[in-house]
Amino acid sequence: MLTQIVTFLIFVAVIGCILYGRKLIKTEKVDAVFGNPERALGGTHWVIVGSSFLLLVWLYYSWDIAKGFYPKSANELCQVAKVNDSLLGLKYQFPIEEREFKSTSQIKKENKNLNLILNEIQNSQEIDNQQKTVLAGFIKKTNQLIPLLTNEDLIENETKQKINDITGKINLLTENFQKPDYPFETEQELNERLKAVSEEGGWGIVKVQSGTGSIENTMEVPLIPATDRGLKFHAAAQELNLISDEFFKLRNHNPQFKNQIKQLKDDIKSYRKDLSDSEEVASTYAKNIIKIARRIEFASIYPPNALNKMQNAIIKFDNAQLKTQGGLRFIDILLFPAGTIVASGPSCSEQGSGRWLPKPSDTFNKFILMSKPSVGYKDIPLLWIDMVDVSKMIGFILPDWIADILPGEYPVHTKDGIVKENFKGNVLKVVTGDFKLFKVPVPYGHIWDSFLRVFLGLVFGIIIGVPLGLFMGLNRFAKGFFDPLIELYRPVPPLAWAPLIISVLGIDNTGKVFLLFMVSLSIMIISARAGASGTQLSKIHAAHSLGASKRQILRHVIFPNSLPEILTGIRVAVGMCWGTLVAAEFLAGTTGIGFVENVAKKYFQYEVIWITIFIMGMLGLLFDITLRKIIDKTIPWRGKG
Amino acid sequence: MSDLISQNLNMIFKTPKGETVHALKDLNFTLKKGELLTVLGPSGCGKTTLLNITAGFIRPTSGVITLNNKEIDGPGVERGMVFQQGALFEWLTVAENVNFGLRMKKEDPIQTAKKVDEWLEIVGLQGFGNTPTYQLSGGMQQRVALARCLINDPDLILMDEPLGALDALTREKMQSLVLKIWKETGKTIILITHSVEEALLLGERLYVMAPRPGRIHKEYNLPFASMGLKEDLREIKKNKDFSAKREEILEMIWNMEEEIMGKDI
Repeated sequence: MLTQIVTFLIFVAVIGCILYGRKLIKTEKVDAVFGNPERALGGTHWVIVGSSFLLLVWLYYSWDIAKGFYPKSANELCQVAKVNDSLLGLKYQFPIEEREFKSTSQIKKENKNLNLILNEIQNSQEIDNQQKTVLAGFIKKTNQLIPLLTNEDLIENETKQKINDITGKINLLTENFQKPDYPFETEQELNERLKAVSEEGGWGIVKVQSGTGSIENTMEVPLIPATDRGLKFHAAAQELNLISDEFFKLRNHNPQFKNQIKQLKDDIKSYRKDLSDSEEVASTYAKNIIKIARRIEFASIYPPNALNKMQNAIIKFDNAQLKTQGGLRFIDILLFPAGTIVASGPSCSEQGSGRWLPKPSDTFNKFILMSKPSVGYKDIPLLWIDMVDVSKMIGFILPDWIADILPGEYPVHTKDGIVKENFKGNVLKVVTGDFKLFKVPVPYGHIWDSFLRVFLGLVFGIIIGVPLGLFMGLNRFAKGFFDPLIELYRPVPPLAWAPLIISVLGIDNTGKVFLLFMVSLSIMIISARAGASGTQLSKIHAAHSLGASKRQILRHVIFPNSLPEILTGIRVAVGMCWGTLVAAEFLAGTTGIGFVENVAKKYFQYEVIWITIFIMGMLGLLFDITLRKIIDKTIPWRGKG
Repeated sequence: MSDLISQNLNMIFKTPKGETVHALKDLNFTLKKGELLTVLGPSGCGKTTLLNITAGFIRPTSGVITLNNKEIDGPGVERGMVFQQGALFEWLTVAENVNFGLRMKKEDPIQTAKKVDEWLEIVGLQGFGNTPTYQLSGGMQQRVALARCLINDPDLILMDEPLGALDALTREKMQSLVLKIWKETGKTIILITHSVEEALLLGERLYVMAPRPGRIHKEYNLPFASMGLKEDLREIKKNKDFSAKREEILEMIWNMEEEIMGKDI
């Protein structure tokens, strides 16, 4: 229902915005003369057109429009695919979708093969003339088998009867198929089928095993026929399968043919037996000839007019089923792009673009689901708040050795089994956080973990990189000393360090924060250095003659003067850190948004992959917008000095 | 007593190519307290080098320069400097720029604020204290630079083409301001300029310098600065004496330029 409304709204929005835009263009011709700066600020309607179009493409390619407007169509098309598959073998025998009879093309093919072998034998250097004559005789006999099959006078009555039987069955099926209540389902059968349908579930269901936090893959097109029309095709497909099995069991072998081929087989068998080991080549030729003879034996070769009635019956059925399909065909072509259901065969598996592009509704539902802290991903929510006692933080910050260096001993239990606390023991409790104070909310979860890693890596990089960079920009010794160290590690792509750092510092936060610290450090050093060495000499001179000391010049002139470069560096570093973090989380880890995507990749959870991509994009955008705001606030003089 | 005395001042630079440039050769002069000296000369004659040495940013190759009998061997508060492009700290407001020197000396903030207001009024920027510097026009920025320098109460003010980047109208106003400040404070001022008119108008004394090697070519004692304190500057420019001096100096500088150009070709 939602999809229908959304699709409808998109169409209205696109058409409305285009009309509005056209109206504006007309007035813009006037503006070109008189100018209207306010109108240049607008253009929201074109943004609406662009995003609506994007959404429409998504809805279309993820089959969501088809699902919204024709929820039964996929299931029905799946049944049509079954009929098509059953009909395919039969149709193949006749010039319905082919150019010629299957019999004709078989005869052509085998004649060609026989001629080829004959040529090869006659030109062969390794066979003597006597054997050439024998082999040529075999080829001639094989060739003579074909007329025995295609002669109408030789066809047996029994075979004729069977062909008539099959034709009759197809005609009956066609007749029944057109009746509205076909396949005459009893009430019991109907109930059983409906039960099976409801058990199988609908199209594109998200199965969630709550508690475990894992989200199973969606089930795609349901196989069991859910509608009367679908059932019709399903039943017809089953009947057609029986009919075509019967037809392909049938062989047009009359007594003369049977005698001939038996004689040929025996002759070749005894001929090959008599050949010595050195006459391997002749034996192989003989083997190839008998292969062709066998192919002729098993091919369904009939006299030219023997199957005419059957051909008509099949065409009639085909027309009847096409008529029953009605608009379904067009839905298949128009609304199931790239992976049309009928073309995918009777298994109705969703192949092609539909697999990697999940439906917006499914993706949205899964996103809502994952956002719930009780579900999350791998038992960890995306972003949630945990109440943590302040004592834990105090215990984390205070080192434990504070208690160790106090005079006295830790308490020992008495013979009554009671432990009496003393001062030293109580201090230990404080420094290890073993007490209760009050609780404060602390965020946690995949998104928070990723954010914290980037933030910490960046902060460490700024704290160390900025002073070092300024120092290097002002002092030649510092530049000469630190430059080689930095230039040694900076050109290496950060991810190349990742395996080393992760294996040394562990897969948890320490390794990743250090990796991001390395990334941000070099950027911060370079930008701070550029800022410091780019300070105009006259400003330093001015500060000097105003009585500022070296330290004051650094603090009050060089640092603020380098701020634009430093802040630009931070912006670059955030982008680099964000990219590196996700890749580092791919490599190893147990939390983080990159970890979520990596796990989702392993289970082909395309919805989750798209959600993580979306979250990453949004977070990256958020970082950049925040920084841009900060930059605008802190250095309004940039470019105006 | 508080004179600026230069004795046999020499400055030799080495260019990256290895050539030596004699920027200043045997410079001897004495500047008494309260004098306004303008220095004029073609580009490359060592005007800025002289100023930088006086400010203490660079040390002379040989010779001594003393202020109040103390040898100059580094930048100091007693010598204030005004640069061509203001060299203001654009991340600070006008008031913060002006009180920069006092803040660095950690003087009493209330006193400082009072002084800032006084000086802003003198340079004609009252009420602009909280304006960010980057929002000011070129002339206003130079006023801030003047106030920033003067608030430190230096004995000697060095001005390196302070009005060079201003338009003609603003320039004239600023010239009056410089004269007014000179009169009111009685400071010793060295002003370097490219403009002959400006040098004649402002200079109580005028040095015309010659290049290669940089030296004082001719020295004038001029009455126009004292006149300018009473009269309109434009009236002085119409003075016959003024025009004659201007033509004389222009001719002199043109000859020097021609000499250099001829040499180059």
